[in-house]
Amino acid sequence: MSPEASTAGRSCILTDEETAMLDGRRGPGTAMAMRMVVALAGVLDADRLIPVHNAHIDSCLYHGQAGLDFAQKLVVLGARVSVPTTLNVSSLDLMHPGLVRLPPEEAVPARALMDAYRALGARATWTCAPYQTLERPALGEDIAWAESNAIVFANSVLGARTERYGDFIDICAAITGRVPHAGLHLSERRVPTLELDCSELSPQLLGHEAGWAALGGVVGRIAGSRVPLLTGIDPALIDEDKLKAFGATAASSGGLALFHVAGSTPEARAARWKSAPERAFITPAMVREIRDELTTAGVADRLDTVALGTPHFSLSEFGKLGALVGDQPTFAKSCTVWISTSREVLGQAQEAGLAPLVEARGARIVVDTCTYVTPILGPEERSVMTPSGKWAWYAPMNLGVQVIFGTLEECVASAVAGKVVRHDWQWE
Amino acid sequence: MTGNGSDSVAAHDVMIKGVTLCPGEGSGPPLFLAQPLSFWGGADRSTGMIIDTHHPQHGALLAGTVLMMDASRGSSSSSSVLAEQLRAGVGPAAIVLTARDAIVALGVLAAAELYGSTTPVVLLSPMDAATLRNSLSVRPAVPSTGQTRVLVTAHADGSAVVVLQLQTPRQGQP
Repeated sequence: MSPEASTAGRSCILTDEETAMLDGRRGPGTAMAMRMVVALAGVLDADRLIPVHNAHIDSCLYHGQAGLDFAQKLVVLGARVSVPTTLNVSSLDLMHPGLVRLPPEEAVPARALMDAYRALGARATWTCAPYQTLERPALGEDIAWAESNAIVFANSVLGARTERYGDFIDICAAITGRVPHAGLHLSERRVPTLELDCSELSPQLLGHEAGWAALGGVVGRIAGSRVPLLTGIDPALIDEDKLKAFGATAASSGGLALFHVAGSTPEARAARWKSAPERAFITPAMVREIRDELTTAGVADRLDTVALGTPHFSLSEFGKLGALVGDQPTFAKSCTVWISTSREVLGQAQEAGLAPLVEARGARIVVDTCTYVTPILGPEERSVMTPSGKWAWYAPMNLGVQVIFGTLEECVASAVAGKVVRHDWQWE
Repeated sequence: MTGNGSDSVAAHDVMIKGVTLCPGEGSGPPLFLAQPLSFWGGADRSTGMIIDTHHPQHGALLAGTVLMMDASRGSSSSSSVLAEQLRAGVGPAAIVLTARDAIVALGVLAAAELYGSTTPVVLLSPMDAATLRNSLSVRPAVPSTGQTRVLVTAHADGSAVVVLQLQTPRQGQP
């Protein structure tokens, strides 16, 4: 193969090292990964490849034999990651065997998939929120991340640069250390094109993660393929948990991969963006409409379950939960409170005394996976309350459960009461 | 044009040039999707059936069709589901898009790498895709002569051809 790899549309110019990878001089595993990266460059009409600093892999969640075949072929061909690489959630909780109710015909290949990614040199982090403790790329750094919430967080909150990578290409980028020069790696694709004025939203509505998740649902629907700039929000109301909740819902409901908040997020601060060519207003009614849309159960229904930690619960969220349960009685026996988090954060929450505190109230902690991607909830758990817009978006489809979407305070009060409790003032 | 499909192109067939996203050759009855599809959660990985209850073509089978849509939507796990359908033999025979959809392309590229499948993915301009769609709705298949078929050939040099064949092929169709 010549330095100009043949691609659709135009030619992608390769460096000598990239050519060496492609034609097998760096081993057959690297060559297979490079064929995928160069083919994607053709699909995206990229003129060249660029190096990435690290990678986050989502392909480690089992979706069938093809995904396992791909990883195992790379292992057999001797491929290794060439940049620091973290792994997203899997289908299993290795710390708590027996928690996941997968039949053996799914659990065995799911475990084999996890082993294959470790054999390729990726770290066994098993979290959708590597940005909390493990990997915080710097402003302007090119990275190759998969998992929609991690992508939008890295782009928007950290100001790193990643396209929406996903299955197969995430590991190929980690092995080659290269991605196509395209999409959100290009500065001109990162400039806001739609201003969303949020000045009508009250401090109490923007005072909790669920309000931000619902706002993410609104923005995901409006933005389409545009890059939104949120304006009219007091930076003092913003923290990373809220931006995580916002991005995760906007990414799952609308495919958002990058947003800016005027005066708060790093690129908006650096460029002093205050407006964009198009402008629209977000009203409190639009936010409440998403809350009601994400609620599929009647609010008078009994409550079986509360699901927290999608994306994975942070140490500060453990702190907020600890403060809320501190002066409350134990959760109702009929209501299970599940918390999904990473091993890393669980370790910190144990040291801080927060994990034992919430477990003493009846909460159950899941690591390495998440309650909406794999069967953890029992067959009797049919109505579930969550402050996560992402959980509320996917769980009815994945698990067939009924969802009540509400704030963390509403979730705690409901778990104690064993039935849905609303705090309407939090949504005004 | 070269390839197996060219022998049966008749004067009244509709031929449209496109751009190769993934090289290969395939043919089958057309399946136009009125709305974008998320393969993950939207299509069954072992049967190829559209299971998204919100999708207007809920219940349709992707297997062996020439799938035509603007782009996929939703989760990047769709690449795995598409590759798994191609492995299991229940995926589309060819895919025609109007956007450079990396998620669809990666599923096809992975299946090509693993199983040697040659499912072509072709990019058409929105105008050409509309022409194709209109040709199909204006001139439906003649019941007495059989089903409408679409032949898709995507060359490695980047050129691609989509032929809408409104008659039963005379001979030699795979």
